[in-house]
Amino acid sequence: MTELFETYSVIAVYSALAVYTLAFIAFTLDLAQRSAPAGQVTKSGVVASASGGRTTALLERLATDAPATGYGSGKPSVPLRLAMGFTVVAWLLHVAAAVLRGLAAERVPWANMFEFSLTATAIIVGVFLASQFWQDLRFLGVYITGFVILLLAVASVNFYVPISPLPQSLQSAWLVIHVFVASLGTGFFAIGAGLSVAQLFQARREATGAGPRFLATLPSAAALENLAYRVILVGFVFWTFTLIAGAIWAQRAWGRYWGWDTKEVWTFIIWTIFAGYIHARATRGWRGSRSAWLAVVGFSAVMFNFTIVNLFFKGLHTYSGL
Amino acid sequence: MDSSRPSDHFDSPSPSITQPKLGFVGYLRFFWRQLTSMRTALFLLLLLAFAAIPGSLVPQQTSDPNGVVQFKTDNPDLYPVLDSLQVFNTYSSVWFSSIYLLLFISLIGCIVPRTKHHLAALRARPPRTPARLERLTGFTSISATADAATALDSAASLLRRQGYRIERFDGSVSAERGYLRETGNLVFHSALVGVLVAVGLGGGFGYSGQRVVVEGQQFVNVLGDYDSFNPGRFFSSDFLTPYRIGLDTFDVDYETENQNAIGLATYFSANVETTDADGKTDTASIKVNEPLAIGNSEIFLLGNGYAPVLTVRDPDGKIVWTDEVPFLPQDAYLTSVGIIKVPDGLAEQVGMIGLFYPTVDTLESGALASTFPDLNDPLLTLRVYTGDLGLDEGIPKSVYALDPVGLTPIAGGDSDVASLQLKVGDTVDIPGGLGTIEMSEVKRFASFDVHHDPSGLWVLIFAILILGGLLTGLFVPRRRVWIKVKPGTDGQVTLEYAGLARGEDPGLENAVTDIAAKHSQLLGLRLNS
Repeated sequence: MTELFETYSVIAVYSALAVYTLAFIAFTLDLAQRSAPAGQVTKSGVVASASGGRTTALLERLATDAPATGYGSGKPSVPLRLAMGFTVVAWLLHVAAAVLRGLAAERVPWANMFEFSLTATAIIVGVFLASQFWQDLRFLGVYITGFVILLLAVASVNFYVPISPLPQSLQSAWLVIHVFVASLGTGFFAIGAGLSVAQLFQARREATGAGPRFLATLPSAAALENLAYRVILVGFVFWTFTLIAGAIWAQRAWGRYWGWDTKEVWTFIIWTIFAGYIHARATRGWRGSRSAWLAVVGFSAVMFNFTIVNLFFKGLHTYSGL
Repeated sequence: MDSSRPSDHFDSPSPSITQPKLGFVGYLRFFWRQLTSMRTALFLLLLLAFAAIPGSLVPQQTSDPNGVVQFKTDNPDLYPVLDSLQVFNTYSSVWFSSIYLLLFISLIGCIVPRTKHHLAALRARPPRTPARLERLTGFTSISATADAATALDSAASLLRRQGYRIERFDGSVSAERGYLRETGNLVFHSALVGVLVAVGLGGGFGYSGQRVVVEGQQFVNVLGDYDSFNPGRFFSSDFLTPYRIGLDTFDVDYETENQNAIGLATYFSANVETTDADGKTDTASIKVNEPLAIGNSEIFLLGNGYAPVLTVRDPDGKIVWTDEVPFLPQDAYLTSVGIIKVPDGLAEQVGMIGLFYPTVDTLESGALASTFPDLNDPLLTLRVYTGDLGLDEGIPKSVYALDPVGLTPIAGGDSDVASLQLKVGDTVDIPGGLGTIEMSEVKRFASFDVHHDPSGLWVLIFAILILGGLLTGLFVPRRRVWIKVKPGTDGQVTLEYAGLARGEDPGLENAVTDIAAKHSQLLGLRLNS
């Protein structure tokens, strides 16, 4: 049974990768189409931000139930609809892979580097898909699918390890909570960083007019900054919880709640950077592009913590299984 | 930061001002203002993140002392430079400490005035309604046929039901809510200070100690019975509550079926008998992730290994030395190294370096190796040396180390004689007619870490406050809402609604239109604007 599920899980991972690639291509085509001359774009009504004053915008929003960013209120392009369809299918395969892996191992599927990557990327895409119910963030599709393909492919090819039982140090309810919430926080930080990158491009376009043309179909830099801020706030709360849960577990497992282990150090650094990001909005001269850079640096630190620290740094969190 | 503003208020660009000349007090005040400004706090925060990096790149004295020794050997030129910069103690270094202390002073300088201001705000009534609401967020205007007084009454009760604090003015209702936002904010920041204080003070009253216990041995919680001990700054020996634990058995399960994880330990349990100060005995088991709370301390299972029971006899068969020697594991299959020192009773002082293989196998190269961590086919090999072991000089020597320099090898190593090999129950001759050594049985040992840290509970309480403060401080919206009733001609009134965000409040516009809709419903109106 174990081997059967393990094999199915691997098949599901590679299938998900293939479908994610289709989604990535379709998302790219959509952005390319948005770069078409303005006349064609208006047909789909994506320049709503330019039309009307406050009241009309409000009425339109109430009438169409379109996202508050005031962009993309028209019908989405064919590639975009295809891309979202592919992403959903790929994500279902991806989740199936993680669940099968868990069933095969008879535990949560996040106990070594391959499994962390498998589950964390599924959570990132899950957060991306769920966020569409809140705001239309489909323009991040290229970034999210591209990022996930890269991580998942490297994990499947280079980090794959066969299922092995949990060492006793990981046999704890905190494994379920601590690692899951950390992955959830990572998902929010990933989307926040994507929004911040878009914000940086948009701010440059608004200032100089430079940059790819599809930026015209995206929300304004200020709107992107607001979205990024709200997404990162949620990520920050999850990250704070991860830190606290980790400290409680460390107290039980190692007899101290904090010991400046390399992983603890980097979790602290990330927490501090994002605390800085949140304060930057209230600081003269830091709002706008500067704070966006902080969000990008913060997410880079998350990725550094996940990859380089897990694989190359010496410490107590050596669970990569490689 | 400006205490009269919510934390997430966006400062307007600074106006250019001509500074007056500052005296000494003026400069003090200037530096205090600078230190407690948001810019400085943000700078210190980011500097702290940056300053934490070196400690993750270089082994730390506190968490990895062996790593520091190794680093010194590998980088003899770099080590003194980094050491003088306190990089091996990054998190207690002068530079790291000064950053976080400055940050916390800045933080306190921000919390105190803001708390004062918030206490005043909590007692204050909502402000007077602005004359013109048109330019405020979510402005909605409805003209309707209604009684002005009734409209005001229902507006007041609607807002009160939604949790607003209200104040009625002539022809309008002014309302404010979300005081919890600033409360949460202040709780969050104060709790951060709380964590720092708890760690700084509480840690000083704690202690931690390590002890290796072989099956059948006992450990008594007094200073002299620890192998190593790290007292806190304010430690005194009466912090140690009297108790005794004896290790009865040590159980381990190894994976035998999953081909990818053969030999992986999936279960450890140190089964102990505990005796408290009154002589009451009890049994307990200490596992990984499941420490034993006893007295005011907690006992953690840190490691385990094998302790062969060895006996050395002189040529006449008289026992000169016997001990259960803990061997330190070197790999996942518990190939272990142990040291035996026999200073007295034989013709010469004898030292031995032992390698223990729980399940021995011969590699293709001819070398021995352990292939499974359980005791399936145990073998002990000994390199034997004679000479001065250096124990008579009164200088403490590690029981886990033997420096063969200056000693004469008589078996294994550079000698002509092969290493001694013993299976369980074997007795072999020590070369040179010095005597015999016997391995009668192999026991297991557990290494325990005993901790007492009174700061832990306080840190946990503050951590929960941090999380609670964060949630309320970030997600409770602080907002003002006004409802104005302007009487017109022929019993017509104009109802005006508007809001003002105090801090981050993306939902304000929807909240105001929602209030307008609900209010109209209460008045039995249809929206006809």
